[in-house]
Amino acid sequence: MKRYSESISGKGVSMLRLEDVNTYYGYSHILQGVSLEVKEGEIVVLLGRNGVGKTTTMKTIMGLQPPKAGRVFFMEDNIAGLPPHKISRKGISLIPEDRRIIPNLTVLENLKLGSLVHSKADERDALLKMAFDYFPRLKERVKHLGGNLSGGEQQMLTIARALMGRPKLMLIDEPSEGLAPKIVHEIMEIIKQLQKDGRTILLVEQHMEIAMRLSSNQRAYIMEKGRIRMGGSLDELSCQMDEVVRCLGVKI
Amino acid sequence: MSEIPWNVIAMQLFFGIALGCIFVLLSSGMSIIYGLLDVVNFAHGTFAMLGAYAVFVVVSLSDSFFVGIVSAVVIVGIIGMVIEFLLLKPLYGKDPLLPLLLTFGLSVAIPDFMKIVFGLIGKPISFPDALSGAITLGPLTLPGYRLFIIIFTLVVMISLWLFLKKSDLGMIIRASTRDSQMVQTLGINVSRIWTVGFGMGVGLAALAGAIAAPMMSATPDMGVDMTMTAFVVTVVGGLGSLGGAIVGGLFIGLVVAFTSYVASAYSSVAMYFCMAVILLVRPRGLFGEQGRE
Repeated sequence: MKRYSESISGKGVSMLRLEDVNTYYGYSHILQGVSLEVKEGEIVVLLGRNGVGKTTTMKTIMGLQPPKAGRVFFMEDNIAGLPPHKISRKGISLIPEDRRIIPNLTVLENLKLGSLVHSKADERDALLKMAFDYFPRLKERVKHLGGNLSGGEQQMLTIARALMGRPKLMLIDEPSEGLAPKIVHEIMEIIKQLQKDGRTILLVEQHMEIAMRLSSNQRAYIMEKGRIRMGGSLDELSCQMDEVVRCLGVKI
Repeated sequence: MSEIPWNVIAMQLFFGIALGCIFVLLSSGMSIIYGLLDVVNFAHGTFAMLGAYAVFVVVSLSDSFFVGIVSAVVIVGIIGMVIEFLLLKPLYGKDPLLPLLLTFGLSVAIPDFMKIVFGLIGKPISFPDALSGAITLGPLTLPGYRLFIIIFTLVVMISLWLFLKKSDLGMIIRASTRDSQMVQTLGINVSRIWTVGFGMGVGLAALAGAIAAPMMSATPDMGVDMTMTAFVVTVVGGLGSLGGAIVGGLFIGLVVAFTSYVASAYSSVAMYFCMAVILLVRPRGLFGEQGRE
C-alpha cells in the first residue's frame, strides 16, 4: 500500500482522511484497513466491483456504520464514532445509492428537510433558490410526492436535498445506478459544476468510463475485497490497465 | 319482525360516534408510536388510565374539568417522555420483543402502583356543569357531554393534522416514520424526535382516558380494556396509519354501540369478530401500507 503514498500526499489541504479503517457487519469483516484521502476542492473517485465495500466506506464516513478500528479525520477532527446527525452538521452529506427520497413528502418538503439544520428562514430560502438553479426541473415538481418522481428526478432530488445542508464534503454513491445514459450525462455535468463551485466530492462508481468523463487526471482509488488496491490519477491508472481490468472485472 | 324506530337508530349512531371518538384519540396515539418507533405499546391503555387519574386529581384541586384535561395530557406526556428516554431507548436496535415486554411490564406495574396510591376502588369524576345537560334536536335528546366529546375530538384531530402537515416538527415526524436513518443523515437528531413522538402518543391516550373518565370513573384496571380496544382499532384501520385510526375508531365505536343495543351481551365480542373478518379479507387493515419496511 506504500507504493502510491506519493499520490496521497500531494498539495492542498486535507478535507477527509481515512486511516486504516476497519468496519464490520456483525461478524463479517467488510472494510479491512481502508486508508484514503480527499483534499479540499477535488473530486476523488472510488472505483470497484459490486460488494467490495464502496458503499460501506461511505456509510462508515457518515457514521451509519461506525468503524471498529481506525480513524476518520474530517478537517483534522476525528469523527469516527460520532452519530450521523453530528457528522452531517460538521459539513458532510451523503447521497445514498438507493436515493432514499422520503416518498410521502413532497419535493419541496424533501428539500426543506435537508435545510432544517439551518435555523434562519432567509438562509433556507437562499439555499432553495440555489438548489433550483442546479436542478430547474425540480422547480416544476415542487408539489409532487417524492415517491412519484422518475428515477432521474429522484437522483436530482437527493443531490439537491444534500445541497440544502450546505455541505463542505459530498459523498455521492453511484449516481449513475439504473439511470438512462442521457440522465447520467446530465448528473455528471452537475457533479463537475458542483466541484467548480467549490465543493469537495467523494464519488463512488463501478464504471471507470463514467469516472473518466469528469476528467482524466481525476484522482481515484480502486477497491478490492475491502481494501484499497490501487490509487492515483485516472491517467496513471490507465497505464496499469491489466490490473485495473482485473480489479474492476470489466473492459473499459 | 319488530322494527327499530329511526330515532333509536339515530341515537345509537350518535352514541357510537361519541364512543368512536374516544377510540380515535386512543388509537391515533398508538399509531403514531408504532409508526415512529416501531414499538407496539402494550401499556397504551395504562397511559389512558393515568390520564383519567390526572383529571381526578387536578379537578379535585382546581375544580375545573378543562384544566384537568389539559394537565392530563401534559403530565402523562412528560411521564411518557421520561419512560421513553430512560427505559425504551436502551432497547432500540436489539430484539424487537424487548420493547413489547417492557411496555407489557409497565401495563402490570403502573396499575398496581396506582392501587397502592389511590386504593382499589375507582374514583368518580363528575361531568363538568356546563356539559351535564342535554340538547334537544327535534325528536332527539342528545346528551351534552357526548356532543362535547365529538366536537372536542374533531378539534384535536384537525389540530393534529395541521401540526403534522404544516409544522417543521410534524414534517420531521412524517419523514422519520418512513426513513429515520435518512432523516438522521440530514443532520436531525432523530433520537429526540422519538422521545417527543412517544410523549405525543401517550398524551393522546391520556386525552382519551381523561374525556372518558366522567362516563366510567377512573379505576386502576381500566387500561386493560382500553389497550385491547386500541389494538383492535389499529389492526382494523391498519398499523401506523393515522387515517386508519380515525376510520377504524369510528367503525368500532359504531359496532359496539349497535350491538350493545341489539344484543348487549355480545358488544365486546362483536369488535373482535369485526377484527377477525377484516384480517381475513384484508390482512394489512383498511388503511395499512403493504410491505412496510
